[in-house]
Amino acid sequence: MKQFSELISAIEITNKTNAKIAALVDYFKTAPEKDKLWLIALFTGKRPSRPVKTTLMKQWCMELTELPEWLFLESYSTVGDLGETIALLLPKPTHQLDLSLNEWMTELKALKPKSDSEKKAFVLEAWSGLHQQERLIFNKLIGGSFRIGVSKKTLVNSLAKLTNIDANQLMHSIIGKWDIDTISFEELINGSHINYDNSKPYPFCLAYALEKNLPELGKANDWMVEQKWDGIRGQIVKRNNEIYIWSRGEELVTTQFPELVEAVSNFKDDFVIDGEILAMKDSAVLLFNDLQKRLNRKSVTKKLLEDVPIGFYAYDILEFNGEDIRSQSFEERRTLLEKIFNSVVLPEQLKLSFLVEFTEWEELHAIRENSRAINSEGLMLKQKVSPYHTGRKKGDWWKWKVDPLTIDAVMIYAQKGSGRRSSKYTDYTFAVKKEDALVTVAKAYSGLTDKEITEISRWVNKNAIEKFGPVRTVKPELVFEIAFEGIALSNRHKSGVALRFPRISRWRRDKPVEEIDTIETVKQLITAP
Amino acid sequence: MSKEKQLIKFTKKGIYCPQGKFYLDPWYPVDYAVISHGHADHARWGMKRYLCQHNSKPILQHRIGRDIKIESVAYNKSITINDVKVSFHPAGHVIGSAQIRLEYQGYIVVFSGDYKTQPDFISTPFESVKCHTFITESTFGLPIYKWKSEKELQNQLQHWVKTNQANHRTSVFLGYSLGKAQRLMSLLEETDDIFVHRAIHNLNEAISNSGLQLPETQLWSADLDKKELQNKIIIAPPALLGSRMLKRVPNAATAICSGWMQIRGNRRWQAVDAGFTVSDHADWDGLIMAVKASEAEQVYVTHGSQAVFSKYLNEIGIKADELKTEYGEDAMAEAEQESETLIQ
Repeated sequence: MKQFSELISAIEITNKTNAKIAALVDYFKTAPEKDKLWLIALFTGKRPSRPVKTTLMKQWCMELTELPEWLFLESYSTVGDLGETIALLLPKPTHQLDLSLNEWMTELKALKPKSDSEKKAFVLEAWSGLHQQERLIFNKLIGGSFRIGVSKKTLVNSLAKLTNIDANQLMHSIIGKWDIDTISFEELINGSHINYDNSKPYPFCLAYALEKNLPELGKANDWMVEQKWDGIRGQIVKRNNEIYIWSRGEELVTTQFPELVEAVSNFKDDFVIDGEILAMKDSAVLLFNDLQKRLNRKSVTKKLLEDVPIGFYAYDILEFNGEDIRSQSFEERRTLLEKIFNSVVLPEQLKLSFLVEFTEWEELHAIRENSRAINSEGLMLKQKVSPYHTGRKKGDWWKWKVDPLTIDAVMIYAQKGSGRRSSKYTDYTFAVKKEDALVTVAKAYSGLTDKEITEISRWVNKNAIEKFGPVRTVKPELVFEIAFEGIALSNRHKSGVALRFPRISRWRRDKPVEEIDTIETVKQLITAP
Repeated sequence: MSKEKQLIKFTKKGIYCPQGKFYLDPWYPVDYAVISHGHADHARWGMKRYLCQHNSKPILQHRIGRDIKIESVAYNKSITINDVKVSFHPAGHVIGSAQIRLEYQGYIVVFSGDYKTQPDFISTPFESVKCHTFITESTFGLPIYKWKSEKELQNQLQHWVKTNQANHRTSVFLGYSLGKAQRLMSLLEETDDIFVHRAIHNLNEAISNSGLQLPETQLWSADLDKKELQNKIIIAPPALLGSRMLKRVPNAATAICSGWMQIRGNRRWQAVDAGFTVSDHADWDGLIMAVKASEAEQVYVTHGSQAVFSKYLNEIGIKADELKTEYGEDAMAEAEQESETLIQ
């Protein structure tokens, strides 16, 4: 496992994608056949189910170290990762085990049906024969994520660099159905188990933010305008009775959205459609926060399907019955898209992105302002004659987002982050005034620089009210400007309001806590739909 | 008044000895300060008189000022101040670092300052001192902090330098000017030529002038030919991370050296190429060993994991209380950075 351990060390220390790719390529060039396949399986979520419960691992570690539980938990909240905490706490190894990644994985697979005492004997033997970094990796092999910033895309890019095979094809290959016991590395990357012709996506056409006044775009009649939806951009590929969904990050996300696959199977034509994947209930678009609950899940449960149903707003069509029509004008493509969507009884999940009706540019200002009320981010302006460009090109498509709303709020809780952020207080809870007290309005964890986070972490250390555990209540003193995309009344929240996509826009060092917003001034931001 | 209370009192200005009429590492200006070691959070400016261990004297003079009124004593020798017997004992933290022992009418208090129980190649090794009251730091007061032996650490650092050289990269180590820098010099001596930042160079000169032998280094100055640095070793203060001077180093591979590097999240926090667990402080086992060896009936826990460490000591039957001070990594980092960024 030495080689795998070195790979993880090399990847985790760098935040440069190219350095991660170089380390992966190096591994693929030199590692044994089966180890390479395991690496791909581990980083694409195709791992065997966890053979040992985390509670047992924690218990065994406490027995070995003779530490009280509170001290174990205190260590855990400082480290932020159970596998790593255990690796650090255990006594020094007594001997050195040298097994390959494949050998470890094979042993772990065989461990699953065994009794707890057999499992314990195995795990303790492994712990006493591995040094700290290898122990951590062993714990991660049992279950849990490495959190080292290797996405499927990074993995695919390294394979593409190694083999010169098209990255999207490799994505399909590694995501597709394969069995580590029967496939070879060669077969896997060459895609012997898939038919890439059926899944091949097109590069997305992307828009720039509008940087001029509307009349400068020319005649209003030359443009079509749609709402800009805030979900994840997706491409649905339907060819030869197979359906694939690609995200804009060029990941295959088909299995995450079974209801979309089913809805699309109603059509008899083949096509490639560009659109937005959204959380949608009773035909209304939900917040991005809701959609997030559906992303990157290992399994999509029935409950999740009911709680957060997924819908799709179709924007464009790129291919129709095998023919690439991207060079046609947007107006022509749109007509075809409407024709296809009107040809069947549309399932509830599928919607045609509606066009905004207008004749003069001025009319758009009010429509844009109203976007927030329907959980839209603003408007998209598309030139009627525009082809479907490859990538980002200036001039034909513009996005015109609504300005974010802001409030000033005070930090009341701070919590440590995870992964790279596990050593700092990065996740904060904010409150505004409600009469003489404070009421929580938002949680946010982005928008500050590393330097500011370091400074705030120090401040939290000094000003925390509790001394134990992961969450610190702090003196209400630090004021931040919180930006968000929308606001609605909510009886699920104590404050009575829910903010959409809140984030920290800046640290208001200039503002004393007396001058933060009140819940009344926050509620005044709600506009009637 | 109990004898302990005659010897130590916790005040806003620092730990005070009423009988001796002096302070231990005070954080506000006072008449008479007895200093454990030269780090900026322990040895502050503005005291009318300073007393420290011999090897700390040139460091204090260099950092605080030539004109300060300062006396010094050798390790394990004592002087008497207003009937209090004061002596300095090796703390193994940085050059000149000492635990301060106070004795009055048979009652003994030991103030550890900062300490490290594991021996290294450069500072005088820690010696435990028996006492009634022991004041201990707790910077790394969690059982996740366990250090490698000096030899293992040396192998790790040397291996990294050699790998860098094979890839035509220059090895840059970041560590505080006082303590970490000299420790790194001792760990990397004979691996290859070592260049040090001016802040470290000047401090080294002050230390050497007082007669202490340091490993050989060269000054890393801005006008140095890039070729001379290629594949070599550079040691610089952490404040230099991201600076223009560092960016001019040919093919630099940068490593942060600190006890916090024990945790993955900390290693990954800053955009560097490596993080090595090199600490001037005692690890968990070291703290417990020092407390037990002192045989103290009362322990006070200062800066770091006060809450955790004192709770644990009480659980294992050692009476311990938290003590709020203004020492610690954050205070030191801020003060050290100020003095180090001045010289670039």
